[in-house]
Amino acid sequence: MSRLRGYLPSVLLFVLVLATWEMVVRAFNIQRFLLPAPSVIAGTLREQLGVVTAAGLYTLREAVIGLGLGTILGSLAAFAISRWTLAREGMLPFAIAVNSAPIVALAPIANQWFGLTSIWSKAAIVTVMVFFPVMINMVRGLTDVEAGKLELMRSVAATPLRTIGKVRLPNALPYLFSALKVAAALSLIGAIVSEYFGGAGGSLGYYISQQAGLTRMAAAWSGVVVAVVMGALLNLIVSWSERRLMPWHVSVRT
Amino acid sequence: MAGSAVSVQGVSKTFGSGADGVQALSAIDLVVDAGEFVSLLGPSGCGKSTLLRIVGDLLAPTSGSVTVNGKSPAQARLDRDYGMVFQAPTLLEWRKVARNVQLPLEVMGMDRAEQERRGREMLELVELQQFADHYPWQLSGGMQQRVAIARALAFRPGLLLMDEPFGALDEMTRERMQMELMQIWRQTGTTVVFVTHSIPEAVFLSTRVVVMSPRPGRIAGVVEVDLAQPRVFETREASQYFAKLNVVRELLRGSEAVP
Repeated sequence: MSRLRGYLPSVLLFVLVLATWEMVVRAFNIQRFLLPAPSVIAGTLREQLGVVTAAGLYTLREAVIGLGLGTILGSLAAFAISRWTLAREGMLPFAIAVNSAPIVALAPIANQWFGLTSIWSKAAIVTVMVFFPVMINMVRGLTDVEAGKLELMRSVAATPLRTIGKVRLPNALPYLFSALKVAAALSLIGAIVSEYFGGAGGSLGYYISQQAGLTRMAAAWSGVVVAVVMGALLNLIVSWSERRLMPWHVSVRT
Repeated sequence: MAGSAVSVQGVSKTFGSGADGVQALSAIDLVVDAGEFVSLLGPSGCGKSTLLRIVGDLLAPTSGSVTVNGKSPAQARLDRDYGMVFQAPTLLEWRKVARNVQLPLEVMGMDRAEQERRGREMLELVELQQFADHYPWQLSGGMQQRVAIARALAFRPGLLLMDEPFGALDEMTRERMQMELMQIWRQTGTTVVFVTHSIPEAVFLSTRVVVMSPRPGRIAGVVEVDLAQPRVFETREASQYFAKLNVVRELLRGSEAVP
C-alpha cells in the first residue's frame, strides 16, 4: 500500500503532462504532422496494435540477445582481466575510452558485416554497447573488495577460487546491477537506432522511421510508445532481479 | 595440550627499505603457552598489531622465526589451527548471521548438516542464536563483533588471535563483551593472543600482559596478572586489580622515557 502511494506523484505528473499536451495541441490547433495529440496517438496505437507490438517484440528480441551476450562476454572479460593487474591497467583506460564513444555509429558497418535484415547485425551492436559498461563495472566490483575481507579469507585458508566465489563475486553484484540498469536502456537504443539505418521490415526502428518518412506521425508516435513501454519493462525486470538477488543490499533494505 | 602455542624468536619487521624503511618491530622474543590469555598492550605504533599479523601469517617477518603449535605460521594457517578476529567485524553483508559463522567451515568443505550444527553451537556460545536469520546490518556493532568471534571459533581452534576486537565499541558494550570473552575462554580452553591499547582491558582479561613500546616496536616488559579466576564483575573493584593497573601503567610510562 505504501509502495503504491510512493508511485502516486509520478502517476499524477504523467497524467498532467498528457493532459497538458492534449490541451496545447487542441488550443493552438497544432498540425497533426507536427505533433499529434495523445488521444490521436492512442487511437492509432489501437488500430495498429498487432503490427506495432509484433515489430516491438522483434526489436526486443535483438535487444535482449545483445543484452545477454554483452553481459556474459563483459563479465567473462572482467573475470579475466581482474586476475592480472597488468591486463587491468592496460585494458581499463581503453575500455573506458571506447565506452564513451558512440558505438551505434558502427551500425551501418555491422549491417554490412552481418546482413541488413539480419537480427545479428543489430544484436552485435547491442552486444558491443552492453559489453563495455558491464565489463568496467564488473572489474571494479571484483577488485574493489575491502582488504579486511580478503584477509579474512586468507586467515581461513580459502583458495583463490573460493575467494572469488564467496567474496569477489557477491561483492560485484551491486556493480553489475548498476551496469545492467544502464545497459537495459542502451540495448533498446542500440537496437532501434541500428534499425533506423536499415532493418528488417517487421522491426520497430524500421516501422518508426518509415511512418515518420511518410509523415504518418501518429503511427510513428505509437511506435515510440511501444519502445517506451519495452524500456520500462526491461528496467522493471532488472530492478526485480536486483531485489531478488540482493535482499541484503543498502538499496533494497526496508 | 601442553607446550607453547606461539613461539616468537628474534623477530624484526621493517616496512619499506633503505632510508625510507620503518622498523616496526625489533628483536621480539615471546612464548605463549597453551591455555594462556596474553595481551599485547601498547600505544599506537608499537607494532602490537604487526606482531599479531605475523603470528597469523598475514605478514612475513623481516628476520627471526615464529612457530604456531610447533609449525610455521603458514602451515598453521593451512591447518586451521587458529581463528582471527579483527577490529572491524568484517562480516560478509550478503550472508545472514548463521552463514557468516559457517563461512570457515564452508571453505574447508565440511558436510552441510555438520556446518549448520556447528554454526548453531557457536551462535549459542555468543548468545545470538535468535539472530541466525538476520543480516549483519540489522545487528548492533557489539553483536556483529560477537558474530565475528563465533566465526573465529567455528574451527574449534586451539588459538584465537584478536586484533583490538573491542576497539570500536562503547565502554558499556565493551565491558560486557569482555565478560563474555572470559566466559568463552574458560568454556573452550582456547589460547588467546589479544591486541589492545586499553590498560584496564588488558589487565582484566589477561593471565599475562606484554607491554610494548614504539620506535622501534619492542617488548618493554611482561606483567603476570595473577588475579583470581574466574574474572567477574567484582574483579574490577578489587584492590589487587588496581595494583596491577598501576604496575602496567608505570611500565608503559617508563618505556616512553627512552628516547
